Amino acid sequence: MPRYLRNLIIALVVIAVLIGLDFVFQGRMLNPYFVRILMLSGIAITLAVSLNLINGFTGQFSIGHAGFMAVGAYSSAYFSVNYGVNLANSLGGGKVGWVVALLVSTLIGAFFAGLAGLAVGIPSLRLRGDYLAIVTLGFGQIIVVFLNNIEAVGGARGYSGIPIVKSFFWIFLVAVLTIVIVYNIVNSAFGRALISIREDELAAEAMGVNTTRYKVMAFVISSALAGAGGVLLAHFDGYLNPKSFEFIKSFEILIMIILGGLGSIVGSVLGAIVLTVLPEALRGFAEYRMVIYSLLLIILMITRPQGLLGSTGPLKAWRKRRKLTAENAGGGPAAAPTSPSTVATQPERPAPGGENLR
Amino acid sequence: MSTFLQQLINGISLGAIYSLIALGYTMVYGVLKLINFAHGDVYMVGAFMGFYLANGLGARGAQMLGMSGDGIVARGLLGGGAMEPSLITALVVMLLAMAICAAIGVIIERFAYRPVRKYSRLTALITAIGVSLLLENGGQVVFGAEPKFFPELFSKRNIDLVGGASINSADIIVLVIAIVLMIALQLIVYRTKTGRAMRAVSFNLQSAKLMGINTDRIIAFTFALGSALAAAAGVLVAIRIPRIDPLMGILVGLKAFVAAVLGGIGNIPGAMLGGLLIGITETMVVGYLSPTYKDAVAFAILILILLFRPSGLLGTVAQEKV
Repeated sequence: MPRYLRNLIIALVVIAVLIGLDFVFQGRMLNPYFVRILMLSGIAITLAVSLNLINGFTGQFSIGHAGFMAVGAYSSAYFSVNYGVNLANSLGGGKVGWVVALLVSTLIGAFFAGLAGLAVGIPSLRLRGDYLAIVTLGFGQIIVVFLNNIEAVGGARGYSGIPIVKSFFWIFLVAVLTIVIVYNIVNSAFGRALISIREDELAAEAMGVNTTRYKVMAFVISSALAGAGGVLLAHFDGYLNPKSFEFIKSFEILIMIILGGLGSIVGSVLGAIVLTVLPEALRGFAEYRMVIYSLLLIILMITRPQGLLGSTGPLKAWRKRRKLTAENAGGGPAAAPTSPSTVATQPERPAPGGENLR
Repeated sequence: MSTFLQQLINGISLGAIYSLIALGYTMVYGVLKLINFAHGDVYMVGAFMGFYLANGLGARGAQMLGMSGDGIVARGLLGGGAMEPSLITALVVMLLAMAICAAIGVIIERFAYRPVRKYSRLTALITAIGVSLLLENGGQVVFGAEPKFFPELFSKRNIDLVGGASINSADIIVLVIAIVLMIALQLIVYRTKTGRAMRAVSFNLQSAKLMGINTDRIIAFTFALGSALAAAAGVLVAIRIPRIDPLMGILVGLKAFVAAVLGGIGNIPGAMLGGLLIGITETMVVGYLSPTYKDAVAFAILILILLFRPSGLLGTVAQEKV
């Protein structure tokens, strides 16, 4: 079967499954609280996987993901409130109109978040070192200061009246798209360049990788996807508050990918789900939640710096085992993986990030 | 003109505090190449230690009398007080807070940073963020999340200057103490054997080790020194502006780090200069533009440095060796 046909079929199946699940969840057959947590997990997956592209695969350290999320959320919300409703109505006000309006809104959110990523990335990624960490941290703080003072989007009172789209389909479509985009990037020549930057930036440059360009591109994509996650959040409750984009939010996303393992998409997905469900389970200990998180993080770093699924995650281990058995069975290079993308994209390494944060 | 002079005075006083914190960032970065995110929170702990010490020593102040005006001299709680509130009390409080925070700094280094030193620098950076959040959230649990008011340790007076500006006696004391501490640091780093070892470690850790320097002890000493300076800054800030809370270290820490980068990270005089420049710029923005955006100033400065002079004002460009 030709590759594109196979991919098309997979895409259609995924969409059909999502629509089916959407139907189930809209049908109020399940506990709405459970559905809410599920949808929040979907948003968290988008954010975590997008952050992993820059932190896990490129080895650059961004700690202001909530800032880009805020840019996406607010810009799309502004659009939806001021133009989106009209757009939907002018297209008949039906389902089609809303889908178009939401699509445009998502693209706008992603675009502006990507633009912010470009503005932050160019000055800080030209340099080697930890500058991105400090600039993104600052960016995250400043965005909140600005949002608190822009009256057009409600200022410190928060932005209310955003059209609500509580759709399982929409949230998980974006989440799946994010995973597909990041997966494909990582398993392409572009992704290999990113991984080479993570492993050794100087060597990558010596091999002809334009490190600044690749780092900025990865960062812009990561920011744009975070913006898309923000769009989902904006339309989830129909209300935004600058407070929800403070540093704690960035940190939550960060701990999701670190727990799961830097450089592991499966890890990010699991980390996102665990860290969305866990606080709900620990509601009684809300006061100590962040204390526990931070202790957990320190202990994790000391005992298992690559995260729970990092570098030797179950999927990769499984793949390696399968490759080995295939080689043993078929013998010789004939059994080598057919597509280069299944060649282990990440060599064994003590910890992600390596020496490139020099 | 009087606005300018007034803002300049405020800026220098604020900048001196940023400088003290920036010194800790720059020294730790010098020896470990680590952005010690927890440093701003050590400053917060310093302010709280000062708060408890001042109350313990019998100073009664702003917290009970409300945000008092000038001239209310706090009196001791224990029949005249174990210690009369005076400059001496303030100094004792500050020195004790410095000692406690030095110990905290050493503990953080020993139990959080040393075990991850063998891993990549990213791991160390994440650990630093973990420690920072532990101090912030632990602080909210231990000290309480609501702001506290630092007792007034000595009477504050405004002294009028020529040109219509005035200077508060607290500002003078802040400035004098900051200068004394910086001179002391300069002497330690450039005139003692330990200081020489520190400079050797920051030049090249491996070679320093080969030369027989106990690098672990020097790194611990660097943390102690930096944390003590941060604690001093915490107490000084609380003397100037008595409102303290467990999250006060985040923004100040960020700005002090920017100050360290502005001066040239790893460079001690650079951190002092950077702190002063950030402090003055910030108060000028408050005075002439809008206080709303004062927190954005440091960030804008950071972007400008990264664009035009990433090695900082006094920093030298380090050639990378393969």
